[in-house]
Amino acid sequence: MSDQAFDWVSALSAGGREQDDATRRLHELLLRAARFEVNRRRSSLDGSVDVDQLSSDAAHDALLAVLAKLHTYRGDSRFTTWAYKFALLEAAVKVRRRAWRGREVSLDADAWTRIPNLDTGPAASAESSELMLALRRGIQEALTPHQRLVLVQVTLEGVPIDVLAERLGSTRGALYKTLHDARRKLRLRLAEQGFDIDSGRKEAAA
Amino acid sequence: MNNRDVTRRLLGPAGPELTCDACFEQLDRYVEIELDGGDPHSAVPGMAAHLEGCPACAEEHESLLELLRSAPTEGP
Ligand SMILES: [Zn+2]
Repeated sequence: MSDQAFDWVSALSAGGREQDDATRRLHELLLRAARFEVNRRRSSLDGSVDVDQLSSDAAHDALLAVLAKLHTYRGDSRFTTWAYKFALLEAAVKVRRRAWRGREVSLDADAWTRIPNLDTGPAASAESSELMLALRRGIQEALTPHQRLVLVQVTLEGVPIDVLAERLGSTRGALYKTLHDARRKLRLRLAEQGFDIDSGRKEAAA
Repeated sequence: MNNRDVTRRLLGPAGPELTCDACFEQLDRYVEIELDGGDPHSAVPGMAAHLEGCPACAEEHESLLELLRSAPTEGP
């Protein structure tokens, strides 16, 4: 049987030997994808990490996820493409968390004020300094402490959202929504102040 | 990171965007349309904006693209 015609969904729910064979094939595909992802991100891990174990854990979790979601597969893409994404996600999340294990993430919403990232020094143009100041003030005044924390850690400090979610006992989806709401608030505020955000210029007062 | 990068990171994409869950749901279809030379942006509105705003989903998108490119003969 060619792969084109192989009916994964039926085979994976056929029962007996057919289901066992299909499950084994699926696991091989997921393991390959997980290894691919772990290898891509290997440089973020220190040498002591057992990358084979990490890949195999990711493939295992992905297998469970695929089987649990099997009934949602609609055939909008090839089955293997659909299945791969589960393995890549599991592997990516595991690598990020492992890479950050033991690294401190400040959960203090006001830690950002100590970050010299918002460059308003002499090298910055007047326009851009004005925008930086408005951003700084917006972060301070328009956002909740939680929004401030998530926005700054994810966008400026480069803390992976999955790592922050783990530390805060939250989820990627929930934190991204917080990030998104914070961005909307900042954009709205800057627009009210006359900044044409996507060109970085401040328009003449209307 | 210069001021432009800081601004872009803090403010994210301008238009409407998908959530992380919706992005994951559409990722396989989106990437196949990309690889087939189609128009993924009109097929999945809000996806490109999310990939611009969400570093984690952007990494996974890149990985799926690369994985399929590296194994083009893999079946359905
Ligand atoms: Zn996302």
